[in-house]
Amino acid sequence: MATLNVKPTRMELSNLKKRRAVAIRGHKLMKDKRDEMVRRFISYVRRNKELREQAEQRLADAMRAFVYARASMTAEEVEEALTYPARPAEVSAKLAYVLSIAVPKLKLDTSDAFSYPYGFATTSAELDGAVSALAELLPLLVELAEVEKTCNRLADEIEKTRRRVNALEYVMIPQFDEAIHRISMKLDENERGNLTRLMKTKEMLQGK
Amino acid sequence: MSKGNIAIIGDRDSVLLFRAIGLSVYPESDALEASKCIARLAREGCKVIFVTEPLFVACAETIDKYRAEAYPAIIPIPDGSGASGVALANLKANVEKAIGADILFSEDE
Repeated sequence: MATLNVKPTRMELSNLKKRRAVAIRGHKLMKDKRDEMVRRFISYVRRNKELREQAEQRLADAMRAFVYARASMTAEEVEEALTYPARPAEVSAKLAYVLSIAVPKLKLDTSDAFSYPYGFATTSAELDGAVSALAELLPLLVELAEVEKTCNRLADEIEKTRRRVNALEYVMIPQFDEAIHRISMKLDENERGNLTRLMKTKEMLQGK
Repeated sequence: MSKGNIAIIGDRDSVLLFRAIGLSVYPESDALEASKCIARLAREGCKVIFVTEPLFVACAETIDKYRAEAYPAIIPIPDGSGASGVALANLKANVEKAIGADILFSEDE
């Protein structure tokens, strides 16, 4: 392990002791942060999995319904029915903070009831089915987006925090300990050297 | 708080239906074009972008750029041919990254 390159002085010793105290405090805080993040992550990720499975299932159903709808209408009719854009679906997006990590908070704006954006004359009932299934699915998809993004952010952040915790625990703090030990040994040695010199000098003076 | 719309990028057949419920639909099947589209939407302040799974894999590089930001949320969805497991694999990778062991999927077995 690389050792800290510091001069063995009292000044450095006191600086190092302060830095060590900060590092230990930081390590404790970071460790608590990591533990809490993991705890929240687990609950988010369970929710994520649940939503994901549900969304995939229902989306597959809606897609299948759409395939039937296309089979029962001509391609042009499908195109025509879906060319007119519906009332745009909007989300209001806020930032929420999970342990000071910015995560998205989404809310789907649904002011009025869903209505089909096409006339019923040339479209088949299957298309209605597919579209309404999808419309029901939309809130779920928005929630999935929110939870999944949160999970992504948390996972990244947990990894970073864990690296910091480990860096402090296994690199920084041992380095400080080692340097402090080395300096105090050196200072003690100087002290002893000084003392012996004094004793020797005294002896010489008295023996004269 | 700000308003944003929801966009969806994917092959034409899979995403056409989403136009009926008011999403902004961008039919792309080429990875490069889709990447450009994602970048443009992100710049324009789009909040949620759904991307079909094949494109999600193809544009992974572009999507990674937005990982560290809260918005836009880029979310893979299955396309017309059904879920390929990319999204669940992603989820699993997240768990492994955060916790170090797979705790979600092992309990199913």
